[in-house]
Amino acid sequence: MLHTILTVILVSPLIGSMIAGLFGRQIGRKGAHTVTILGVFISTVLAAYVFKLFVLDGHAPYNASLYTWFQAEGIKFELGYMIDSLSATMMLVVTFVSLMVHIYTIGYMDHDEDYDHDNPYYQRFFSYISLFTFSMLSLVMANNFLQLFFGWEAVGLVSYLLIGFYMKRESAIQANLKAFLVNRVGDFGFILGIAMVFMYFGTMDYQEFFAGLNAQVGKTISFIPGVEWSVITVMVLLLFVGAMGKSAQIPLHVWLPESMEGPTPISALIHAATMVTAGIFMVARLSPAYELSEVALSFILIIGALTAFFMGLLGIIQNDIKRVVAYSTLSQLGYMTAALGASAYAAGMFHVLTHAFFKALLFLAAGSVIVAMHHNQDIRKMGGLKKYMPITYWALLIGSLALIGFPGFAGFYSKDSILLAVHEADVWGSGFAYILLLAGVFITAFYSFRMFFIVFHGEESEYVKNHHIKESPWVITFPLIMLSIPAVVIGIPLVGPILSGSYFADAITVFEQHNVLHEIYMHHFVEGGALGMALHGFMSLPVMLALSGVFIAWYFYIKNPAIPEKIKNACPRGYKVLEAGYGFDKFNEIVFVKGALKLGNFFWQKIDVKLIDTGLVTNTFMSVYNAARAMRTMQTGYIYHYAFVMIFGLLGMLIWVLW
Amino acid sequence: MIALSDYLVFGAVLFTISMAGIFLNRKNIIVLLMSIELLLLAVNTNLVAFSSYLNDVTGQIFVFFILTVAAAEAAIGLAIIVLVFRNRKSINVDDLNSLKG
Amino acid sequence: MNFVIPNFAPAIPEIALLILASVVLIGDTIWSKRCQNATYYATQLSLIIVGWLIVDSFTVHQIVTFDGSFVRDTLSDVLKIFTVLIALGIFLFARTSMQEKKYGSGEFYVLGLFAILGMFVMISAYNLITLYLGLEIMSLSLYAIIALHRNSGVAVEAASKYFVLGALATGMLLYGFSMIYGATGEINFDKIAAVIATGQVDHTVLAFGVVFVVIGLIFKMGGAPFHMWVPDVYHGAPTAVTLFLGTIPKIAAFAMVYRLMVEAMPGLLKDWQQLLIIVTVLSLIVGSIVAIAQDNLKRMLAYSGIGHVGFILLGFIAGTFDGFASAMYYVLVYAITGLVGFGMMIVLGKGRQEFDRIDDFKGLNARNPWLALMMLFAMFSMAGVPPFIGFFAKLMVIEEVVKAGFVWLAVVAVITAVISAFYYLRVVKVMYFDVPEDTTPIKAVNRTTQWTASFVAIALLVFGLIPSGFINLCYNAVALTH
Repeated sequence: MLHTILTVILVSPLIGSMIAGLFGRQIGRKGAHTVTILGVFISTVLAAYVFKLFVLDGHAPYNASLYTWFQAEGIKFELGYMIDSLSATMMLVVTFVSLMVHIYTIGYMDHDEDYDHDNPYYQRFFSYISLFTFSMLSLVMANNFLQLFFGWEAVGLVSYLLIGFYMKRESAIQANLKAFLVNRVGDFGFILGIAMVFMYFGTMDYQEFFAGLNAQVGKTISFIPGVEWSVITVMVLLLFVGAMGKSAQIPLHVWLPESMEGPTPISALIHAATMVTAGIFMVARLSPAYELSEVALSFILIIGALTAFFMGLLGIIQNDIKRVVAYSTLSQLGYMTAALGASAYAAGMFHVLTHAFFKALLFLAAGSVIVAMHHNQDIRKMGGLKKYMPITYWALLIGSLALIGFPGFAGFYSKDSILLAVHEADVWGSGFAYILLLAGVFITAFYSFRMFFIVFHGEESEYVKNHHIKESPWVITFPLIMLSIPAVVIGIPLVGPILSGSYFADAITVFEQHNVLHEIYMHHFVEGGALGMALHGFMSLPVMLALSGVFIAWYFYIKNPAIPEKIKNACPRGYKVLEAGYGFDKFNEIVFVKGALKLGNFFWQKIDVKLIDTGLVTNTFMSVYNAARAMRTMQTGYIYHYAFVMIFGLLGMLIWVLW
Repeated sequence: MIALSDYLVFGAVLFTISMAGIFLNRKNIIVLLMSIELLLLAVNTNLVAFSSYLNDVTGQIFVFFILTVAAAEAAIGLAIIVLVFRNRKSINVDDLNSLKG
Repeated sequence: MNFVIPNFAPAIPEIALLILASVVLIGDTIWSKRCQNATYYATQLSLIIVGWLIVDSFTVHQIVTFDGSFVRDTLSDVLKIFTVLIALGIFLFARTSMQEKKYGSGEFYVLGLFAILGMFVMISAYNLITLYLGLEIMSLSLYAIIALHRNSGVAVEAASKYFVLGALATGMLLYGFSMIYGATGEINFDKIAAVIATGQVDHTVLAFGVVFVVIGLIFKMGGAPFHMWVPDVYHGAPTAVTLFLGTIPKIAAFAMVYRLMVEAMPGLLKDWQQLLIIVTVLSLIVGSIVAIAQDNLKRMLAYSGIGHVGFILLGFIAGTFDGFASAMYYVLVYAITGLVGFGMMIVLGKGRQEFDRIDDFKGLNARNPWLALMMLFAMFSMAGVPPFIGFFAKLMVIEEVVKAGFVWLAVVAVITAVISAFYYLRVVKVMYFDVPEDTTPIKAVNRTTQWTASFVAIALLVFGLIPSGFINLCYNAVALTH
């Protein structure tokens, strides 16, 4: 019964996607969105049931294979489900956010300047987002690395298709190519990691992999003679490289801001709520392996903290409303990664969960603004929108408060848990990471409210005055309202179980000496519960930093708008560094793009054209072809020749056997 | 007394003659049919000889089956030759070479 | 001496098929004037009845009857079921072709049914006589069926070539039979195997016999150097007949090789293995290379079929039951894929025009994208592109032959597979990238054939994505049989 339910959850978005994609013209727009929304709705309802079963009722983890694809040398390649609190939570988040995005899309994609009205882009879009939901579900429900990899690549593919959805825009094509290539870099590490799992464990199955871990402790691998590395460290770091690509960690973050070229619903679904969290999910899923390597944990912690701080800094200077949100996503992903590095996997997943809701909310609210502004995304052209768009205003406010970690909101609990965990952790580099993360809190508050104040409270710009701005239709505001609720309240009931470790008890393994969350639970939660934690939060350093960030944003952009300009002029070099995004793009362009181009040219003209094409391929082909023509003439058409060949064959065989 | 090997050699000779008939003959398809009959007779000789030598009647039963089928085969062969003649106005083996390559 | 009435039950499908074929034969003369399609429906109904009879009495045990001359086991049942299924598809396609061309359509179905009867007997034969009779029932029907197109010079030429060479091969096979009979004194397969196992047999005579038998078998399968008839006959025969010739007789030939080599002469493995290695290498080379220079699709597929025979024999060379199972999987996959490959020529052939030159497929994607896609499926599957079913067939066979220690053979097989991918992909290239002379959309000749072709082509993909059920079926069938 459970098996069937899981299969239905997995497959119904796929069916919706196939119907909308293959028969889009026949079923029309209405048919396409009905069928895909129905598919995702079924998944959501059933995922909620699964969530209740595994998380609320504490059902034992369910691990079963659905189908054995094939078996080679005793190693099974299967499709299967591993359902426990971790995957059940992710399933609910994915399906719920996806459902909201599906509904929202009806309004958002209704008109599009890039396509003629009779182009079935609308159906295609629905097909893609449903396909994405299927891919993401197969990733989180997987019970083996093969399926994980399938989902991993499938979400990558769909995100490529969606970033480049406006295929006539040069910038969109550039962006999707970039996303694709950067993710390939990550996937290269990821597949090497899987290959190591395969090599050392001889299995693709999670359970067997976990069971085999202890046997590998202490084994070393040597790439350079004389230098030995622990097998597990190398393996988990390679896997983490995959996570860095998907979850956009420095230096593989470059694709995410540009992915905003895609339509806004996609930014919400893929680049905020779900796909980018795949890396976090993967590390949490493989926590038993990561626990075994202190080196890997330190590395993860530092990468996460760097991402959180430096990417947040970039958010300050952005003027594109979606880019501001995109940089905040990068920075929040940094927090999640840092949590993983501190062995606070549960806190990382907690932040994934809360972030999914409030970030989807922020994106969709930003999208609502964009729709109202007739697809204009520059915040300098906005201002004073509060009176025109009350629902969006409140949604964006709630989202921003959750994002900065205002006590009581969902983001507060998860972010505070992470900060406390990193503070408590004694992994190498945790002190450094803690300082970066604290600074990040201030910056987050500053840029979020900078955008908020400029868009809603600032002076009305010429554009707003001259155009008729009105609140978005209900298909857009309904998801905003629906997402606002969890963005506010989801933290309160969850924080206790998460910190005590009971929530993910069946899915995440933490060693006693790393178990920082439990310490936090004892010190900060047991006395006052969630409410006490929030009240205490007002007194704590992070919240003060956040509030001061909000205040400064208010002062700079509402009270005294001349200051930012002054600062900009005062230190032009710093501004330039930020504007160039620390030069990552420039560096990539010079080293990788130009270098690869030269190398490619060499291989193309010298090696490929001269040596392989002319030398090997053409000559081989010509000799085969000539042989074919020669052998063809042996088929003369005369019966007696045919008989002769047979008799000749007979004689040859007789001689072969008898002598 | 004629030994088993003599019969086998006789069968082999018949077999060789029929083979030669098939690939040396370039004129008449009817000769091909006759060669095929001869081939089957070579087999029959073998079977009968073995049957007698082994004191086992199975070989002779086999011969009856082969003879029966050979008759059917000849009927179909002749029918095909009639069709060839109707289409080409000749039953020359050399003329049957439009399918080749 | 007392006469025991044999157990007829295992042969009920064959008996039913014989009766039904005779009824159709007589019925055709009565109803063909009044109702054109009656024979067709009667034929399909007969096949369904026979298929149901087999499924209904599906056996997992070996039952030998008629004094050891007839056997019924899982292998035979599975092969017969596939024969029936593929034959149903063949007649679905052939009906269209027969209606268009207006000649001897009744005879086609009747002869087809008799040929299938012959295949059934071959599949279930358990002594030399039964095997010979089955083979002749099939071959004589096929000779006639090729010449069905009485006024076509090439069809008649194809028939005469097939007849003469086929009779020659049958003669050689019989000569081999006589040697085996002479050496062992037995004609039942199990007894022959037992006598050979005692080791008190003249090995020279036996080896002599094995050579002749192998030649006869390879001729019927169409392997090099006894392949010369294949391209001419496939090319000359009407497309519907080519479809028939190119698919199910291979299944029966597989059964024949299995019965003779594996069940009757396992003790001579070393001898026939050597011969099959020669044949396999030659077949792989001829099949992959000569096809490149062809411009007629039927002829190209005929040569490619020779290459596929090489792959099927690889499974036998492995000499293990897993190897035989992989060969069985391959032959079934080949027959199913051939159904689309040859069938597509009927689907697209409009009116009296043959649609069999590769140039006819130029720009098919622009003229009918769906059918072009289905043809692409068939070509990819034959070339062994994953995830199509043909890939797994090749993979299994090569895996078994490597396990048996013939790595060099596997290397030859892979190289020739790569070469042959060239001409399969050429068809794809022609369909998708070449500009057609005639750009008007082309419609399938009718819905039934289009649906059948699409159904089978999609099955190639589906069974490639979920291959294990089909593979296990073959492995279990062979495992239950020995």
